[in-house]
Amino acid sequence: MSHLDSLLLEPFRHEFMQRAFFGCALIGFTNGCLSAFIVLRRLALMADAMAHSLLPGLAIAILIFGLAPAGLFAGALVAALIVALGTQLISRASRIKEDTSLGLLFACAFSLGIVLLSVAPVRVELSHYLFGNILGLANSDLWIIYAISLVVLPLLIALERPLFLMMFEPSIAASQGIRVGALNFLLIGALVLSMISSLQAVGVVLVLGMLIAPAATVYLFSDSFTALFWGGGIVGMLESCLGLTLSYWLNLPSGSCIVLFMGIVFLAALIFSPRYGILTRSLRHRHLHEQSLARWKKSE
Amino acid sequence: MSSHQLSIRDLTISYHRIPAVHHLNLELHCGRCIALLGPNGAGKTTFFKALVGLIKPETGSISFGDGGGALHRDIAYLPQREQVDWDFPLTVRGLAEMGRYTRLGWWRRFGQSDRAAVDRALATLELTDLADRQISALSGGQQQRAFLARALAQEAHVLLLDEPFNGLDRPAQALLSEAMHRIVAEGNLVIVSHHDLKTVPELFEQVIFLNGELIAFGDTAATFTEANIEKTFGTPAFAGMPHRHRS
Repeated sequence: MSHLDSLLLEPFRHEFMQRAFFGCALIGFTNGCLSAFIVLRRLALMADAMAHSLLPGLAIAILIFGLAPAGLFAGALVAALIVALGTQLISRASRIKEDTSLGLLFACAFSLGIVLLSVAPVRVELSHYLFGNILGLANSDLWIIYAISLVVLPLLIALERPLFLMMFEPSIAASQGIRVGALNFLLIGALVLSMISSLQAVGVVLVLGMLIAPAATVYLFSDSFTALFWGGGIVGMLESCLGLTLSYWLNLPSGSCIVLFMGIVFLAALIFSPRYGILTRSLRHRHLHEQSLARWKKSE
Repeated sequence: MSSHQLSIRDLTISYHRIPAVHHLNLELHCGRCIALLGPNGAGKTTFFKALVGLIKPETGSISFGDGGGALHRDIAYLPQREQVDWDFPLTVRGLAEMGRYTRLGWWRRFGQSDRAAVDRALATLELTDLADRQISALSGGQQQRAFLARALAQEAHVLLLDEPFNGLDRPAQALLSEAMHRIVAEGNLVIVSHHDLKTVPELFEQVIFLNGELIAFGDTAATFTEANIEKTFGTPAFAGMPHRHRS
C-alpha cells in the first residue's frame, strides 16, 4: 500500500471514525437540505435562537432523567418549542417585534440552561453540549440521527411545492389556498428536530454553521431552488466528511474543523463563483461598459 | 368565456372591526379591463385581498361564474413590486411554472400540457427570450409581465393587479398595457388599482371609483367625469368609529 493510500484510508480503520463519518454524512445532508429554507426564509437569527434555547431543555432533562438520550431528546424538543411559541405570543400580543422578543427569550433560556447545569447532580461538561463531540457518538446517538433524517427529509420533499410558494411570497401562497401558518410551524419543527440530531456531533453553537453555510454557498452559484435544496444537502455532506478528515489529520477539534471548513469553502465561493462571485462581478463590469458604449458606435 | 362574471354582493371588509370597504355591490364581466381608482386608504388593496381570500369579509359574498369551483384557482393576485424578494433563486420560466402548481397540487407531475401552458404564457407576454433570466435581472416592466405570465399559466380568469404601472416609463407602460389587453382579448377580467388619472382613458374600458364606499362604476367614457373624480378624491378616507354589522 502506497503512502497516499494509507493516509487516505487510515481514518476509516478506527471504529469511532467510521461512526463519526456515518453520523457526519447524515446530519451534513439533512442540515444542508434544510439550510436552503433558512437562507431563503431569512431564518438564520431564529435558528440561532432555537439552537441556544435547547440548552435549558437539556439541563432540565438531566435534572429529571439523568443522561438518558430519550430524556435529553424530549427536553430539547420541549424547550425549543416553548421559546418558538413564546416568541410568537409576545410579538402578537404586544408591540414588541419578533426579533426583539426572540433575542430576549433565547438569551434568558441560554442563561437558565447554564445555571441549571451548574447545579445538576451529575457532573456535566458544558462544552460537550456547546461544541459537541462527534468522535464519541454512541449507537443511540446514531439511531436518533437516522430516525430524524428519516422524518425530516421525506417531509421536506413531500412539501416542496407549497414550501417553495410560501417562501417566495407568503401572501400569494395564502391566496392560493396554502395554509401558511401550519406550513411555517412544520418548517420550524423540522429545524428543531434537525438541530437535536446534530447536538451530540457539533453542539448547540456550531450546528448553526451546518444549517446556513451549505445553501449560502450554493446560492452564489445557482438560480434554481431545486439546486439549492439538493445541492445544499450534497455540499453539506461532503463538507462535513472532508472537515472531519481534516480534523483527524491535523489533530484539531472536529466540530469546529467542520464548520471552519464550511466557512472557507463559502469564502472561496463568494470570491470565485462564476455567476455571483465578487471577482467575476468586478471583472464583468468593465466588459459590459464596452458593450454599452458600442450601442452608439453602431448608430453613428 | 365572456359570459363569466365576478359577482360581489354587499361586501364589507374590516380591520379590527373598522370597515375599510362598506357594502359593495358590483357585477364585473370577463373580457374587460377595469381601473380601480381611489385615494390612499380608500380600500383598494383591502378589496383585492378580500377577493383572493386573504381577509375574511365581514358581510356579503364573492362568487365567480356559476359559483362552483375554488375561487383561488380562478383569481390571481399580483402584488406590488416592492413586496417581492427579487433575489429569490428563480428564473422567469420558474415563476411562470409556479402558476401551474395551483392546478397540479402538491405532488402531481409537471407534464407536457403544463410545459405548453408555460410556453404559451411566456410567448403571450413576449418573455420567451428572457425565460432563463433570474428575476432581479429584469427591468420593472419585464418584472410585471413575468408576474402576468404566472397568472396566465395558472389559467386564472380574473387578474388583480396592484399598482402595476407605478414607476414604469412610457415604453414599459405601453408594453405592459399591450400585454394587458392581449390577456383581456382572451376573455379574462383584469382589474387594476391605479393612481395616475391622466392615463385612465387610454388604458381602461371601465372604471370603479372607490373611497370606502362605491362612488361610481361604469364605462370610462360615461363614468370617468370631473364630478366623480372630485367626489372620490376630494373626500378624506374614512377612519371612523368601529360599528357592528349584522351578518
